[in-house]
Formats: sequence, C-alpha cells, structure tokens
Amino acid sequence: MRVFAVAEIKFGELDPVSIELLNLANSIKGDGTAEAVVIGNGISKYAEELAKYADRVWKIEDSSLENYNPELYVDVLSQLFSKEKPDIVLVANSSRGSEFAPALATKLNAPVITDIVGLDTSNGIKATRYIFQGKLLVDILVKDGDTSVFTVRQGVFKEGSEVGGEVVDAGIKPSVTPKREFSQIIEPEVGEVDISQADIIVSVGRGIEDASNIELAEELADALGGVVAGSRPVIDSGWLPKDRQVGISGKTVKPKLYLALGISGAFQHIMGMKDSELIIAVNKDPEAPIFGVAQYGIVGDIFEIVPALVDKLREIKG
Amino acid sequence: MNIIVLAKHAADPESEIRVSQDGKSVDERGLVFDINDWDRYAVEEAIRLKEEHGGEVVVVGVGQTEDTLRKCLAMGADRAIKVPVEPGMDSYQTAMAIKEAISGEKFDLILAGLMSQDYNNALVGVLLAGMLDIPFATAVTSIKVEDGKVKIVRELEGGFGEENVLSLPALLTVQSGINEPRYVSIMGIKRAKSKELKEVSVSVEGGYTEIDRIYTPPVKKAELIEGSPEEVAEKLIQILKDRGLI
Ligand SMILES: Cc1cc2nc3c(=O)[nH]c(=O)nc-3n(C[C@H](O)[C@H](O)[C@H](O)COP(=O)(O)OP(=O)(O)OC[C@H]3O[C@@H](n4cnc5c(N)ncnc54)[C@H](O)[C@@H]3O)c2cc1C
Repeated sequence: MRVFAVAEIKFGELDPVSIELLNLANSIKGDGTAEAVVIGNGISKYAEELAKYADRVWKIEDSSLENYNPELYVDVLSQLFSKEKPDIVLVANSSRGSEFAPALATKLNAPVITDIVGLDTSNGIKATRYIFQGKLLVDILVKDGDTSVFTVRQGVFKEGSEVGGEVVDAGIKPSVTPKREFSQIIEPEVGEVDISQADIIVSVGRGIEDASNIELAEELADALGGVVAGSRPVIDSGWLPKDRQVGISGKTVKPKLYLALGISGAFQHIMGMKDSELIIAVNKDPEAPIFGVAQYGIVGDIFEIVPALVDKLREIKG
Repeated sequence: MNIIVLAKHAADPESEIRVSQDGKSVDERGLVFDINDWDRYAVEEAIRLKEEHGGEVVVVGVGQTEDTLRKCLAMGADRAIKVPVEPGMDSYQTAMAIKEAISGEKFDLILAGLMSQDYNNALVGVLLAGMLDIPFATAVTSIKVEDGKVKIVRELEGGFGEENVLSLPALLTVQSGINEPRYVSIMGIKRAKSKELKEVSVSVEGGYTEIDRIYTPPVKKAELIEGSPEEVAEKLIQILKDRGLI
C-alpha cells in the first residue's frame, strides 16, 4: 500500500499529530511506502523532521501557502494525488484537516471516513470510529474507490519507530484563485482565573442544568480551595465564561484533582483533562464514558452528592 | 439573502442506545429523535441573517424529518423541503440527495450544523460544498454579511479563532454556541402549519462504504464509590485526605 500522510504545521511548529499519522501509515503500509506531504512556505525544517518517520516526504512550497487555505490545500493535494495515486490518504482530524479532507475526497471521487481510531488493511480496508459521542464503535468497510481518505483522531497512534527517508520537492504550485481569504488569527480571551494553572478543579457539565446551579459548584470549589470550570455546553449556554472551558477547543488542564460533575466524557472534553493526577466523576448514567478515564466514580445525582460533600467539608474546617 | 439550511432529525446521544440483533445497526427502540443540536444553531443563525438582510430561509431535511422540519418552520424558516430517502450512515449519499433536491433553488448561503449528534461524521456540509464547487468554512462561530461577501470566524483548537472572508454563494457549518437558539412559540407552531413543506424525490446510488459491525466499546472502569450521599461524601473525603488534597 502507498499511504500518504498530510502533515500539520501550527503556529510555526510541526504538530505531533503529523508523526501519529506516519506511525499509522507505517503500521499499515505492508511492503508499500509511508509518505508525508508538507504544505507551506519555508518548510524545509519540517520536511527534514518528517523524513525520520517516512519513506518519502513531498514538499509543496509556495508563498501563497503561508496560511492554511482549504481551497489551495485541496488544489495542490489533488494535483499530487492524481499523479502519485496513493491507496490511502491520512489527514489529522483537526480543525483544519476535518475541514479540507471531505472537499479533497469529492475532488478525488474518493471515499472519506472521519475521526477514525483504527484502520485495518489486512483484508480490504476497514476503519473504526466512534458514534453517538463515544457510546458505540463502528467498523466500516470501504467498498469502492482507488484512493480512500481518512481523518485520524489525535492521540491514538502515538507508538511508532523511525524509518529515515528522503525529501523531494513535489514541484506543485497552486492553480486556483481561492474564493476564501484568510484575514487573521484571533487569540483566546483571558479572564481572571487561569484554570490551566489550578491544582483543584470542580468541573461541571450539562448535568448542572441551569446557570443558577453553578453556585453549588462554587461552594464546593471554595470548600476545596479550587476553581470552577466546565464542559462546552455550560460555556455555550453562557453559564461560565469562555476561558473556563476544558477540552480540545478550550483549555488543557492538569490539576492534582479534577472533579467531573454531570459531564458525559465526550472525546473532545477528555482530551483537555485526561492527564489530571486524580479524576473523580459523578454521573447518574453508569455507562457514561467519563467513567473510562476516572479513577473513582460515583453513579448518582450531583444535586445530592455535592451538597453532602460541601456539608462534610465545612464540618471539617469548622 | 436566500439561505438554505440543512437540518437532520437525529437520535439524541443521551437516549437509550443499543445495538440491533444484526450487529450492524442501532436499535431504534429507545432512541429519542429531535432536531440535531448543531442544526438548531444553524437554523437560528439563518433566521437572524434573514431578519437583518431580508430574503428567505429554506430548510432541507433528508429521511424521516417531518417533525424537525416543522420545528424549523415554527422557529421562523419560510418553507421546507423533505427529501424522502433513507440516508443511512453514508454521507456521500446524503450530500448527493441534497444536491439534487436543491438544484432548482437560488441561494446565497447554505448553513449546516458542524456535525450530527448521532453519527458525528462532520461530512455532509463540506461534501455538498465540494459537489457544488462553492467556498466553505467549518466550525463557524460568527457570521457577518458585508458587501456581497461573508466574514466569518471559525474555531481552532485551544480557544483560538481564525477570521476569513468568503465570496458568495458559500457553505458554512456552524459550531455550537454561535447564538442562543430561540424557543418555538405557540404562535410559531400555528403559523408553521400554513407554511409549505414539499417533498422532492431524488435517486441516490451506490455509496462508498458499508457497515461491518457496531459494538459497545470496551472501557476501563473507574472504581465505584457506593452508598448514601453522606457515605459517599465521607469516602471521598478520605480519598482526598489520603492524597493530601485536603
Ligand atoms: C470540534 C468540537 C470541539 C469541541 N470542543 C469541546 C471542548 O473543548 N470541551 C468540551 O467539553 N466539549 C467540546 N465539544 C463538545 C463535546 O463533543 C460534547 O458535546 C460535550 O463535551 C458534552 O458536554 P457534557 O458532558 O457537559 O454534556 P452531555 O454530553 O449532555 O452530558 C451530560 C451528562 O450529565 C449527566 N447528568 C445529567 N444530570 C445529572 C445529575 N443530576 N447528576 C449527575 N449526572 C447528571 C448525564 O448522564 C450526562 O452524562 C466539542 C465538540 C466538537 C465537535
């Protein structure tokens, strides 16, 4: 198999997911090749780094590729792939990759499967992904198509070994004028509390039900000497400010204690808190995926558990 | 502004989810269906844009979407198109069906949810944009129409955003939190009854993929702390004490 991985460069650095894509590529290539594509301007250093893990690295370099643009990415990648005819194209399931990969697939008339966590090429092509926010897994067979496109969940294919390949210039230039123009990057908002520095985090999810119940979490955080954070729906609803969001599109936290209250444990949330030293989850659903990352779990109602905990803590403090 | 919104009647991931006997599908009994959460934001955004710029909002749904389309009409969409094909999990087929169904429509903007809450593919929107060859952006958290163009902010990782300007017509997929979707009022429901909901039949073939197996993921389980709330609280405090956290 010829497996191509599209590298991702973010804020001047090679994103580690690029190596993960190559780890996967190497594990499924059989007697074929694992090849990387790197797109941008002034990208030789990334190409060299990628070459450690790939049989070949294709450089697509142009001043117009300085900033990510999905139309240009689709254009240059489809030029390369129509020539090189990969069997499999791997793209990060990132904000970028998940955006341009489906459009690339339509351009190549290729099947596309997103956010995969497994890929088996021993007997046809079979991809594994989660559905229903992590509650079920599905194996999907690719029936048709010369090239198949996959977006790959980050953090899954961390293991791999070095290969040591060559860097080649793909000699490809953009051939379209994009109808979308990049203007600027917008920095995250900064608030008074930096949850990424906190030792103790009381984190609330949709299970908290209403803005007025945030107080309950505040009381517990006070009693523990910690801060309150939340999952995305809590922030979307405006119950907590944006800088309190834990997760892939919020902040990554690594406290000594992460207390997850009424949080189901969607992948996008877990990515932001899984490295906490101690995770304790309270959820009324015994099947909630959060119990898969927590060391301790309480199957119960936060509106009963939290007040009891606050009372006991206050007793201790006197 | 003529806006097409894609809305899916989707199973709620919080409903009772079980694998069917055949091991290849999800048991529909126990599933609670409603408008896909991300699409609610897309419909709301379309109605706001219409309120600001005039025009028409047409909502398109594939499959058994009657209830969801009615809800969108009650929120303020002008008319609805139902595409009565069983979409299954193959997003190509869904996108093809929509492309055919809207082939007679004039539009400036297509809005869709970032992904569906049941299958989480995040595909239909961009596949459709690719098939129509129009510019697109995903995970959009702000939309402003200016001088025949659309200025958007899309979400990146870690709280960062990215501003882009797209020429129209364009397709945007909307991220949660972009707005606060309105409640459906009784008046809205009454008015919706007289709005047009037409069926457009299309044919879709093939599809690139096939479900092999659906199963429950193996999970490492947390050690459970049981008892009354007071007992649980006491045990928790002991754990925290042992670790020097209190
Ligand atoms: C591109 C993208 C980026 C995202 N980024 C993030 C991110 O950065 N952070 C993030 O958190 N999410 C993010 N999400 C959203 C994520 O997919 C989930 O939708 C979200 O994490 C769910 O939040 P939740 O667990 O609070 O809510 P839900 O999934 O609705 O879960 C609520 C839980 O509360 C439990 N519950 C309800 N009532 C009670 C009670 N009284 N007592 C105990 N338990 C109760 C329920 O059993 C349920 O498990 C992102 C999604 C996408 C697509």
